Amino acid sequence: MDIRVQEAPFDYGAETARFTDTCAGVGAVVTFCGIVRNDGGAMDAMEIEHYPGMTERALTQIAEEAGQRWSLEGCLILHRYGRMAPGEKIMMVATASRHRADAFAGADFLMDYLKSRAPFWKKEFSGDGAAWVAAKDEDEAALGRWG
Amino acid sequence: MTLEILYFAWLRERIGLSRETVTTDATTVAELVAELRGREERYALAFSDMSAVRVALDQDLSEFDAPLAGVREVAFFPPMTGG
Repeated sequence: MDIRVQEAPFDYGAETARFTDTCAGVGAVVTFCGIVRNDGGAMDAMEIEHYPGMTERALTQIAEEAGQRWSLEGCLILHRYGRMAPGEKIMMVATASRHRADAFAGADFLMDYLKSRAPFWKKEFSGDGAAWVAAKDEDEAALGRWG
Repeated sequence: MTLEILYFAWLRERIGLSRETVTTDATTVAELVAELRGREERYALAFSDMSAVRVALDQDLSEFDAPLAGVREVAFFPPMTGG
């Protein structure tokens, strides 16, 4: 399990290659990358605040839970905080398993839980000022999928 | 009891602090919130809609009726928006 919370940008290609190499021979690797949306150029930047300590703890718990539910051979969660421009990569997850179903389900689960159970808060900056991103009801509802 | 209280996102902005040390007789999170609300307008404003506030006790998500016995760190924040 590899959990990283950092301000610095990351190299998605290099991280994916390294993770895949580490899991060589496993059979299946699934990756997901979250990117700052460019909603028609309306937004100048996004700032992500987090709760140091609890963030790492929550991500570890979520990854452990995924490992109990599916047969995962590897799991990476990398999430940035701080200021980012549209187009910048915010975070990534990667899962590895012998067969693809576990890796897909594991990555899907990690994303659902990470969105509403890991202590990150997004703030958007535009010409009109700054606004905190409101949590979506559907993100909370998505957790219900996992019982 | 002495507690370290942390505020994040718009709660931090409304209260104007990211953390403070508070000595309190509150036995639950709800009692602590009531005490903070009574302090000053900025606290009353930050805690005016509790459906928009979440709490963590010693870095674990918790509930407002949870007891504070043995707790050292209380964090208040809005619903999380990671990913």
